Amino acid sequence: AGTRTLRSDKVTINFINRDGEKITVKGSPGDSLLDVVINEDLDFDGFGACEGTLACSTCHLIFDEEVYKKLGRVTDEELDMLDLAYGLTETSRLGCQVCLTKSLEGIVARVPESVTDIRQSKDESA
Amino acid sequence: KGFGKASFSSVSPKVCIVGSGPAGFYTAQHLIKARQDAEVDIYEQLPVPFGLVRFGVAPDHPEVKNVINTFTQTAKHSRCSFYGNVTVGKDVSVEELRQAYHAVVLSYGAHGNRSLGVPGEDLAGVYSAKDFVGWYNGVPSCRELSPDLSCETAVILGQGNVALDVARILLSPLDILKKTDITQSALEALAKSRVSRVLIVGRRGPTQVACTIKELREMVNLPDTRPEMVAADFEGVADAIKDLPRPRKRLTELMVKTALEIPVEKEQERRDKASRIWGFRFFRSPVEILADPNHRRTAGIRLAVNRLEGSGERARAVLTGEVEDVRCGLIISSIGYKSLPIDPSVPFDSHKAIVPNTMGRVHQAAGLYCSGWLKTGPTGVIVTTMNNSFDTARSLVEDMVSGSLNVSSAKPGSQIITALLEKRGVKPVTFSDWEKIDSVEIRRGEVNGKPREKMLTVEEMLQVART
Ligand SMILES: Cc1cc2nc3c(=O)[nH]c(=O)nc-3n(C[C@H](O)[C@H](O)[C@H](O)COP(=O)(O)OP(=O)(O)OC[C@H]3O[C@@H](n4cnc5c(N)ncnc54)[C@H](O)[C@@H]3O)c2cc1C
Ligand code: FES
Repeated sequence: AGTRTLRSDKVTINFINRDGEKITVKGSPGDSLLDVVINEDLDFDGFGACEGTLACSTCHLIFDEEVYKKLGRVTDEELDMLDLAYGLTETSRLGCQVCLTKSLEGIVARVPESVTDIRQSKDESA
Repeated sequence: KGFGKASFSSVSPKVCIVGSGPAGFYTAQHLIKARQDAEVDIYEQLPVPFGLVRFGVAPDHPEVKNVINTFTQTAKHSRCSFYGNVTVGKDVSVEELRQAYHAVVLSYGAHGNRSLGVPGEDLAGVYSAKDFVGWYNGVPSCRELSPDLSCETAVILGQGNVALDVARILLSPLDILKKTDITQSALEALAKSRVSRVLIVGRRGPTQVACTIKELREMVNLPDTRPEMVAADFEGVADAIKDLPRPRKRLTELMVKTALEIPVEKEQERRDKASRIWGFRFFRSPVEILADPNHRRTAGIRLAVNRLEGSGERARAVLTGEVEDVRCGLIISSIGYKSLPIDPSVPFDSHKAIVPNTMGRVHQAAGLYCSGWLKTGPTGVIVTTMNNSFDTARSLVEDMVSGSLNVSSAKPGSQIITALLEKRGVKPVTFSDWEKIDSVEIRRGEVNGKPREKMLTVEEMLQVART
């Protein structure tokens, strides 16, 4: 905080939206991927419903395996919310929990489709 | 050029939404965005918006309520209007709405209750989770519930997230609750509560529970409580874990760990000091609520012992013929919510308790749509509701484009409905009226160090709205 962010400090992120389009934006180190989506005004329907408080799973993003390994530790609480995400993969993360670092320059983050038919709802059906 | 493009018509499509819960707001959000010409009016029976986000979601889950910020943006959009205090089916009929609008979306949720259907259900001390949740969350019609919390053991029937919400509220240290928007009267009653043991009962086994892992982890970590499970219930479960899909696997692992593992020293110390107990009881179905000798209040519950036939999600509970009595003074049945028909002209599947539909298009009723719990049945979290509401909005937009929904002739929309309502003596509450209620509630909350103090009667809400 307080230091001026130079242009070159920014990290380039490639999002693939639900229609398969690639959207390239830049974010500052330390920002979460949800911050980037909000700051850049990216229009992913319903993304970030709980505003980054680990209570919704709408910020679900999918990465390539090599990228996934660079993203850092996943907490149990993040995994808990991820378990509710549609189209969960082994390389899924919640965008609000992934923070940018220089080493993530150029990564691709895919916004999964919201699959209608195969969804399993599991609240209170007991 | 441009022929066949519906957006070239000069008539703006007018859509009416019934219910202002997540389904209503997410449907509106998508419609407004997908059709730059659409006007959306939301009718809500209460003077306050947001449905179960205000009246269902537990007070100690304020993060979940952040969705209200997005809903508020939608409500304030120039092409969206909110009409609170209007009960559709009573103040105005669905038929009248269909005349006035190009399309009507029913999103009024699931406000009925599944009953247990066992003798003794009406005894004092037996409550539905819906009423109990309504009581601590300030639902006007649940204000007088005043549940009796003078017993030590409470039994909750059902093992879904709502059951765990209720268990958590019953057992949470007061210091946690008093910083939430729980009603002051519930807080006072909980301060005097003697409930120190909560059993959460399910028909089937550990690998069939309906709760999600976040809620289970909250129980496991709840200060001043310790788990009390029955080791025998977990026989064979550890072997089955490896074949389960990831969410079920992680949930089961946490349960097994909680039930069977010898805790590390620090956790053991915590458990030894805990003054309150919670636990799952599996393979049990309620048979009868037992009364005290005066036949006035509940003194316990008779449970049938089940065994499972089959495995996994599909496993069926089969009676063994054995029964077991549990002494308790409080029983909360959390076996599910249920949608009800609000207007005889609307098709309703009373077996499934939903409005029959395909992708949100109501069967045999052109121009009529549904979303949310009314469309799918009362399961799933807000995200589930969000996705199915977007789907309904997509169907509606598709129908406008394809022409199967005729939007070429002008419709009067709210103009004629508000005139009808005025004639009937119904005064709608606008969104800015709600904001007055909102700011008074927030101010009252500040006095007690709470995010808000909810108004508990419709009269008071209306009075503040009209100042
Ligand atoms: C106790 C409880 C706790 C929950 N906790 C969570 C949680 O922590 N996280 C999570 O993600 N999900 C949670 N959920 C699930 C979530 O609340 C639902 O997915 C969601 O609210 C369903 O939205 P809906 O719009 O279909 O119904 P509702 O939210 O019920 O909205 C329906 C609206 O329609 C109005 N209405 C009813 N009848 C009429 C009528 N005749 N005329 C006009 N208006 C009418 C109602 O007043 C209400 O405002 C919880 C649910 C419950 C029951
Ligand atoms: S924004 Fe809700 S979990 Fe990330």
